[in-house]
Amino acid sequence: MPIALLHFALALVLSPMLLSLTHRTKAFFAGRQGAPWLQPYFELGRLLRKGAVFSTTTSWVFQVAPALGLAAAMAALTLLPFAGHRAIIAFPGDLLLFSGLLALWRFAAILAALDTGSSLEGMGASREAALSALGEPALILALGAIARQTGQLSLSGMLPALTVQTWNQAWPVLALLLVTLALVYLAENGRVPFDDPTTHLELTMIHEVMILDSSGPDLAFIEYAAALKLWILGALMAAILAPVSPLPEAPALLLALAGMAGVAIATGVTESVMARSRLNRLPKVLGTASILVAVALLLIQR
Amino acid sequence: MVTQALLILLILTCLSLLGSSRLSAYIRIVALQGLLLGALTLAVHAKSLSTDIVLLALGSTIIKSLVVPRMLARAIREADVRTAARPFLGYGGSLVAGMLLLPVALWLGWHLTLPHPVAGGLVVPVSLYAMFIGLFLIAGRQQALTQILGYLVLENGIYAFGVALLVDYPLWVELAILLDLLGAVLVMGVILFDINRDFDHIDTSRLSALKD
Repeated sequence: MPIALLHFALALVLSPMLLSLTHRTKAFFAGRQGAPWLQPYFELGRLLRKGAVFSTTTSWVFQVAPALGLAAAMAALTLLPFAGHRAIIAFPGDLLLFSGLLALWRFAAILAALDTGSSLEGMGASREAALSALGEPALILALGAIARQTGQLSLSGMLPALTVQTWNQAWPVLALLLVTLALVYLAENGRVPFDDPTTHLELTMIHEVMILDSSGPDLAFIEYAAALKLWILGALMAAILAPVSPLPEAPALLLALAGMAGVAIATGVTESVMARSRLNRLPKVLGTASILVAVALLLIQR
Repeated sequence: MVTQALLILLILTCLSLLGSSRLSAYIRIVALQGLLLGALTLAVHAKSLSTDIVLLALGSTIIKSLVVPRMLARAIREADVRTAARPFLGYGGSLVAGMLLLPVALWLGWHLTLPHPVAGGLVVPVSLYAMFIGLFLIAGRQQALTQILGYLVLENGIYAFGVALLVDYPLWVELAILLDLLGAVLVMGVILFDINRDFDHIDTSRLSALKD
């Protein structure tokens, strides 16, 4: 239990670092120096010191949503095992609660965007809903496939059960799952090619447009929850990418952190080599994720 | 191991055939399938490699991924078509149908009783799947060229099936099938060219209308 708490604290502290790592990778590719490593923390601190401004159109929903989103993200984090160690909360079937909490986070964001009464934010909310409706089946099927592969029904049981042995036995399945989770990770976090996190006030964006009216601590909550989500979905990939199971405590933690860093750097590389995809192509890309995971599931049925 | 990866790539190429709309992409994918099948021939028989098998792998790769795609690329250049005509079932619908065909093929492949156990549990289901997708393309697309490609995918499936049973059937049967394939594509290319010259399009759903 203390180790699970330590991992939880580690995730809370380190998750903005993933943003920084991705940003630095992109800067490296662009030949720039990039912002300081602690920039995401500075920005969170700056936002927290400010006061929030609420438009008269908004209601209490808009004020509750950021806190709800952050709470959902942190609750999902308590279900997530890290470095082959059991999570704080674990019970059979918690993978459904896990994806439900991610859905709650999204629901809060969408409600807040709709509550502003701005047509632009409404558009963003509609796009977010459409994309996540396609991404969620892929995520749940991927978790289900891991459950089926390992014979465990709890995230804390099934992610550590993925070992080098599993790669030897069923590497095509794991590779398919990895690609699926990577696509879901990029879509859910609004990264290129699904959305461009650096654009503002542009008609093609999805995530950024939904938070245009948020300010001060509310915006800090939203940004921090987004960083946590990056950590949460990244940890799913890292668990497959860098199986730590037989290793002792300390090397396992190091390997898991290296896996997280690998995911963040891979995101940066993806964003450097790809452009944002056309909006009407995105459903096809996410549909591909679902198809890949369905193929993986069928292969496991053998 | 390698066999399994090749077969999964084969499934994915089949699915991408259903989802794409550019003719040049179709041809590239079918050429890639030829390459995968060549590698599959070697991978399935990696333990008992003989000159026959290497010859077959080489011959099929050359025909399926070089000669036939070249001919088809020439055909679309001469017929001057770039994108496939609107299919009877949309691309998204085709993908869903393709996805539904996969469990059918897997179930059928795993329950089919064969004279002797086949190398790699996936070979037979995937070959059946390629046949299904081939038939689906022939039935579901209206352009003559996509139908030829459907025929090629169907043949790829039959070839994969043959590879699994290569122990039983001599090399010459396989080579004869390859030659047939080459002849058939040649004839189809000529017909395609004739249809295009006479009708100014290669849309088979409009061929029932007589032209003066």
